[in-house]
This record gives sequence, C-alpha cells and structure tokens, in this order.
Amino acid sequence: MTVQAKSLALPKSKMIENLGRNWYKFSRNPMSIVGLCTVLLVVFLAVFAPLVAPYPKHAGKFVDFANASLPPCRRYLFGTDVIGRDILSRIFFGFRFSLTMGVVVLSLVVPPGVTLGLIAGYSQGTWIETVIMRITDIFLAVPPLVLALAICSVLTPNLFNAMIAVSLMWWPWYTRLVYGLASTLRNEFFVNSAEALGASKFHIIFKEILPNCISPIFTKMSLDMAWVILLGASLSFVGLGVQPPKPGLGTMVSGGRNYLPEQWWISVFPALAIVVVVLGFNLLGDGLRDMLAAEEV
Amino acid sequence: MRFITFIVRRVVHSIFVLLGLSIVIFVISRIMPGNPARMAVGPRAPQYVIDELSRQMHLDEPLHVQYYYWLRDALHGDLGMSLVTRRPVADDMKEFFPATLELTLFAGFIMAGGGIFIGILSARHKDKWIDNLLRIISYLGVVTPSFIFAIFFLLLFGMALNWMPTMGRLSPGVSPPPTITGLITVDSLLSGNLTAFFDALWHLILPGIALAMGGLAQESRITRSTMSDNLTKDYIASARSLGIPEGVIMRKFLLKPSLIPTISILGLDFAGTMANAFLVEVIFNWPGSSRYGINTMLRKDLNAIAGVVLTMGVVFIVVNIVVDIVVGLLDPRIRLAPQRGE
Repeated sequence: MTVQAKSLALPKSKMIENLGRNWYKFSRNPMSIVGLCTVLLVVFLAVFAPLVAPYPKHAGKFVDFANASLPPCRRYLFGTDVIGRDILSRIFFGFRFSLTMGVVVLSLVVPPGVTLGLIAGYSQGTWIETVIMRITDIFLAVPPLVLALAICSVLTPNLFNAMIAVSLMWWPWYTRLVYGLASTLRNEFFVNSAEALGASKFHIIFKEILPNCISPIFTKMSLDMAWVILLGASLSFVGLGVQPPKPGLGTMVSGGRNYLPEQWWISVFPALAIVVVVLGFNLLGDGLRDMLAAEEV
Repeated sequence: MRFITFIVRRVVHSIFVLLGLSIVIFVISRIMPGNPARMAVGPRAPQYVIDELSRQMHLDEPLHVQYYYWLRDALHGDLGMSLVTRRPVADDMKEFFPATLELTLFAGFIMAGGGIFIGILSARHKDKWIDNLLRIISYLGVVTPSFIFAIFFLLLFGMALNWMPTMGRLSPGVSPPPTITGLITVDSLLSGNLTAFFDALWHLILPGIALAMGGLAQESRITRSTMSDNLTKDYIASARSLGIPEGVIMRKFLLKPSLIPTISILGLDFAGTMANAFLVEVIFNWPGSSRYGINTMLRKDLNAIAGVVLTMGVVFIVVNIVVDIVVGLLDPRIRLAPQRGE
C-alpha cells in the first residue's frame, strides 16, 4: 500500500464519507468502544468534578475527624481517609490533575518532537540527521522516569515542574517515530515531484510529508496520554509531583500506604482509578490504531 | 568478520551516547539555583570556607571546564560526596546498587521465561479460551503500573494471606552471607549457605513478580503474535508436509525466528523495569539504589542524583549492547545487513 492513499488530503465530502467508514472500523471492536466510553466518562468527571463529586470541599484542606477512616459505606462509597475526606470526591478531582498533565505535556512535546523528526527524516544522510538522531538516542538511553525524577528533584516539586520534567523526556519518542516515517516518505514520488517543481523545503516538510504522518502521530498521542498520566502518578507517588493536600492520584496512593492493610481503601481505590484511566486511553489508542491502520506506532 | 564490525560499531555508538548522557546529567545537576559549595558545608559556614571549597570544586571556572573535571573524576570512579549520607557517592552505589540489580535481574528472568512460555501457550492454542484469558490478563498487565501491582501483592499475599515476607531482602533471624558480588542469592550459593539462599529467594518473589508484570505481559504478546504469524509461513507448511513431528517443528523451526522480536523488546523493557524498581523498592522496603536515589532526590543531593542516573544509564546501555549481540547471533539478517551510512 502506498502511503498517499491515507485520508486527510481529501476533499470535504470524501472526508465525511471516510468518517462513517472509520467509525464502522473503530466500533467493530467492542473494546475500543469501552475505551472511548471510559475516557469520555473520566473527562466528564474531571471537568464537572465540583458538580458531580458528593463532597467537593474534600478536595483540598478539609478535616472531619468524626468521620475519619470510615470503610466504604453508603454515605462514602469509597470510604474516607485518615482525616475524614471522601475518597471518591478526591478521585474525581485527581482526574483533573491527571488529564491536565497529559494534555499539557503532549501539547508541549508533540510540536518540537514532530518537527525535529521531520527535519531529520528529510535531511537523510546529512549532518543534520546525525546530530538530531544522536541527541534523541541520548535521551532514549535512560528510562524516562529516572531522568524525570532527576529533573523534578532539582526543581521545586509540584505539578508544573513535573510537567516540565516529563516534557523534557518525552519529545524523543515523537522524533524517532516521525523520523522513521519521514525518511521513507522522503523518497516517494510525490515528494520527488514537488522537489522537481521547485517547492521550498518548508513546503515539502510541512505540506507534503507531515500530512502523511498524522495518523500514527494521532494514535501515539492517545496511547501516550496513558503513559504520561502514569508517569505523572509515579512522580506524585514518590513525592515529586502533585503535593498534598491536593488530590493527585499517585499522591493519594502513597498517602494511604502507611495505613495498609487495615485501611486498605485509602490506597486501593485511587490505585484502581489510575488503572481505569490508563486502561481507557490504551483501549482507545488501540482502536484508533486499527481504524487509522497506523501499524508503525 | 562482519559480525565483529557490527559489535565494534555498536560499542562506539554507545560510548558517544554515554558521553552525551553525561553532559545531560551534568547540566541537570548545575541548573539548580544556589551554590553547591554552600549547600555542601551548610548555611552557617563562613564565606572564606565557601570560597575555598568553590575553588576546590572548580566552581569558579567556566562551565565546560567544570564539566571536564567532573567527567575526569567520574571516569576515575569518583562521583563526589553525598550530602545525605556524608560518604562518597561511589561507595553508596557499591552498597545499594547490587540489591537493585538482583531485583531487576530476577524480574528480567521472570519476564523472559514467563513471557515466552505464556506467549507460546497462547500461540499454540490460538483463539481458544486459554488464549483469550491469557490475552486479557496480558492487557491488564501492560496497563497496570508496577507500583500498583506491588501494593496489591503486598496487601493480598503479604498482609491478608500472610504467605510472603513484605520487607527487605532477608528475614531478621537469617545471617547474611559474606559479600562477594552483593547479590545475596549468588553470595549465599557461593558460600554454601542454603538457608540464606532460600530466604533471599523467598523475599525476591513478590517484588520481583510485581516488577516483572508489565514486561511479562509485553513479551507474551509479542511472542504470541510473531509465533502465530510464523505458523502460517510456507516453510512451516512444507515442514509439515514432509511429516516432521509438530513438536520438532515448534522447537527447531519456529522458536528461534519467533524469539528475535521478543529479545529485542526485552532490552527496552529492562530499562522500564529499572525505573519501576524506584517505586517497587519503596513499597517493599528494599534497601536498593532506588530508595537511596529517592531519598537523595527529595533532599536535592546533586552528586548522588547524578551518580544514580549515570549508573542506570551505563547498565541500560550495556544491557542493550548484550541484547543486540544476542539478536545478531540469532538473526543473520541483522548482523549481515548493510549498516546505515554505508
């Protein structure tokens, strides 16, 4: 299959037709629908957390010793923590931090990562390719969590700096993905003909090559939402991300760790919430991959 | 002889990556506002002490000169002093890193062995109930972070059922074997202390499996898909038509080509495993470099942070060279293919 055949460069009417066909392809796998619904639910709960949470005040500094450490019951579905805050409400607010993390990191990471990958792929065989790809290798040589921890630790620990740290670690994955795509696309006929017609490098890179890379990038972004959220939760878990009393999911898991096994619900429900979010974005990403036929990701 | 070139090229490339990594680490440890010399001696030290120390630490020189001194010391095994333990970072790493290595290697074995076994099982019973069950479990394994597995395992097997130890590397009553490699299981075997060996192994199981789950699931998925792809290939069909027994086909024709992608991914997963050890060690009170790393990170102990990250980078790069060599030995297409830039 040639790569030009992929959608996006098509006229509007064709795109709507494609949309229907794509939805059919996507919805054929029930797990993709489960993923989509999970993600929509999590987004809904996060956005409307102050309205849907049973006890919105419990998201911050709030103390109610009379109701501390209650096991799950009808009033507090997921129980309360050691100072009497409703775990369920805090999880809804925790989704806010997780999604913010994912969205901000990806929007910081994708543009430079993709641009570098395009440039490196287009400049195949030149020193530009070597420099960009060797720098990418360096960043890929250490687990992202370790370098992110290191960067977080020299800055003040909070959500903002955690996002900066993860972003600094994450761009090489996009560079490598797009580099692989661009270096094959670079030798396609339509690129050669654009070159022959005297198109500028800018035009070739962003108007000819980039549109053909969109599907894999898009798929990777939805899968990466899961991994970035996970990395954020891990940073919060060791105390370098969202700081208490703010309800980060990882922060909550770590806070309840000392009360295992008697008050298991303090850790277990936020932990399950992390699994649900990660699972949702993964299933959604897998569905998108099948739909867009983006095997490269 | 081409294989030697392949290895040499791979090693040279790794040296450049390591140099680059050392620059990144150096920059990270210097972007921090504040004078490292003042942090080393404390806030109440007189100015002349700080000036003297700054000169000793080459902080009065330009940044690239500082990097030169830092790299020179690092190559001599001198990673500076830790502010937390007040000892040389290299000594700390020697003490703490073997525990992490033991745990990650153990997890690596589970990942490789278990993943390949489950993958083969899945591929042989493709689309039967056992395959479907294993695939669902694999998916959950991939999406569940290891620190959450660790908490669930701790809660279930350690606390609720009380089957397994939940803390440290050895039970309180067991005397540790003399330190030879630092890996307690290996040391106790070397010194013939079987009680310590089984006790250490027993302590490794829960954190090891928690750490391995993600990779295990990944390996089994990859083994399954490559094996079932290869099962439909012509050479398998012709082997069957020649009447070669199924078991022999599996072992002699199918296994080797099917394991190549699994082994390549194993190298990458190993990195993730080491990073996740950071979190699992905290949960199981494992006295390893990750716990040391987190303690030093929370207190902004720059030399120690740089030491931990550098050690992990070196181990990861060495593991990946080994993996590349193994893959090259298994797959002649890789070692004989023209390299990029040729």
